[in-house]
Amino acid sequence: MLTRLAARALAGFGVVAGVVTLTFFALRFAPSDPVEHLLGPSATAEQLAVQRHVLGLDRPVPVQYTAWVSRFVQGDWGISIAKGRPVRTMLADAWPATVRLVGLSLLLSYLLGIAVGAVQAHRQGSRTDTALSVITVTLFAVPGFWLGLMLVMVFTYWARVLPAFGAAGLDADYLTGWGRLVDGLRHMALPLATLTLIGIGGSARFIRGAMMDLSVQPFVTTAHAKGLSPWRVTWRHTLRNALTPVVTLLGLSLPTLFSGAILVEAVFAWPGVGRVLVEAVQARDYPVVMAATAVSAGLVVAGNVLADVFAARLDPRIGARNV
Amino acid sequence: MKRLLRDRRGLFGAVVLVAALVLAIAAPLVTRGDPNAQRDIVATRFVPPLSTDATGGFHVLGTDRFGRDVWTRLVYGARVSLGVGLLAVLISIALGVTVGAVTGYGRGPVPWALLGLTDFALAVPRVVLLLLLAALWQPSTALVIVVLGLTGWMSVARLVHGEVRALAARPFVEGAVASGARRLRVLVRHILPNALTPVIVAAALGVGNAITLEASLSFLGLGVQPPTASWGNMIASGRDVLVNAPWVATVPGAALVLVVVACTLLGDAVRDALEPSAVSHQPVS
Repeated sequence: MLTRLAARALAGFGVVAGVVTLTFFALRFAPSDPVEHLLGPSATAEQLAVQRHVLGLDRPVPVQYTAWVSRFVQGDWGISIAKGRPVRTMLADAWPATVRLVGLSLLLSYLLGIAVGAVQAHRQGSRTDTALSVITVTLFAVPGFWLGLMLVMVFTYWARVLPAFGAAGLDADYLTGWGRLVDGLRHMALPLATLTLIGIGGSARFIRGAMMDLSVQPFVTTAHAKGLSPWRVTWRHTLRNALTPVVTLLGLSLPTLFSGAILVEAVFAWPGVGRVLVEAVQARDYPVVMAATAVSAGLVVAGNVLADVFAARLDPRIGARNV
Repeated sequence: MKRLLRDRRGLFGAVVLVAALVLAIAAPLVTRGDPNAQRDIVATRFVPPLSTDATGGFHVLGTDRFGRDVWTRLVYGARVSLGVGLLAVLISIALGVTVGAVTGYGRGPVPWALLGLTDFALAVPRVVLLLLLAALWQPSTALVIVVLGLTGWMSVARLVHGEVRALAARPFVEGAVASGARRLRVLVRHILPNALTPVIVAAALGVGNAITLEASLSFLGLGVQPPTASWGNMIASGRDVLVNAPWVATVPGAALVLVVVACTLLGDAVRDALEPSAVSHQPVS
């Protein structure tokens, strides 16, 4: 088990290394560079050349790559070219916000999705099932950024009950204890609701299908034959067995959720890694793009490995096979 | 086909998609003409749906901040959004089927390396990759199509790989090999036609996914560039006027959701029609 886990982690490390390498060369071979953004359109060719030399961007690309990798693994992630701040500080400030948002939405969307999917499977073919199917398919199809805008329109502009932008109010520094917590929760409500609602669509559809597949299995027939109530069969037998693939799906949905978070962070000005990444890409801020990409790829890969471990814990047969 | 159309999901999906395609093709006949036409901006901007502007023009879905007719832009935007979705999926399918076939039936180091590449690409967060590729080069419609196509083939390749491997062990394939047919012929004539069922489903779902991603990129300003109308940049242009003109962002978003729901339902119905034993539950990211 440990050997297989180590192999899985090694493969994950390979993916992260591949992603950062691809990103590095994509950045270097793309037209325009951070110096042009930094100095603006009125800079002369001489000024651009001097600045490129200062930043080491005039060296051969493989040399730049080797230098970046060696500094990165030693913990030196460089200084943001656009903002002049240490990249590690920028990401250290940003990643808790993303993890908080993505982690909570993952938890909520799966808990609610499992409940909805289980109800649908239990009442298969009923009006409740049809109505919930329409809702989940629609949620599955809604783009996060548009749903976010619609929630802002309703809850911020029309009902005026929730803030639309940022992770804290302007007066947050002056709040203490309970007030600060409430302020944080109010700011998180709309981005969290957006990501959660989208997530419910996918997880409910999956759990409904998995439970319907299982409902014709002999062990379910046996449970019914033993005289157990339909609800007990659903919750104790069918749902429990349907949860193993859900744990794997949970890991696999991390890239999608993280991708969704990038757009949702852009809509709600949520100060997370996604927003830092979007701004850095637009400014060709090489050190920030590289570090943010490495961190996000690392988070996604770690999520997948963790999902494998949990799946193996839930079903020992998987541990013997796949992890 | 009959089974597909008897399924209410399939019928709904097909009707919506055909209607969207017909409207997109017949855009000049069902709209006011030029989607970028601006007249007296002050007199024609932010006209609510089902209203007449100061110059006497009637607008079914209202106008935007430049006085442009939202219905006209929606229909012309459908041309762009549906076109991008369909072409990107065609690229993904072509690449995915080729890679899946080679890795599933080929021998030697090339299939092995391609399979490794597929697994690697599957693990990369797609939107991060899209963001990088779209942001680094000059945004354009063609770039969006190519980038979406180049980042969407992996799941198709994995599907085809699995199908090809399973089919390769079936008696009819062994029979073809035993009769002396060349490997390429066996693959193209015997295996691939039987391996395409999941590809059709993936294509239906992929179109919806590609349309959403195009809209997402355009929303961030990295996709189809204004003044060309696409549903994504229409939503983006309505973002700042949510209070006084909510229809500008709401209408293209609703159209987008309707078409993506149609693609999803059609994909589910196609899967159930082609593989009655399968249950429609696989979410596709």
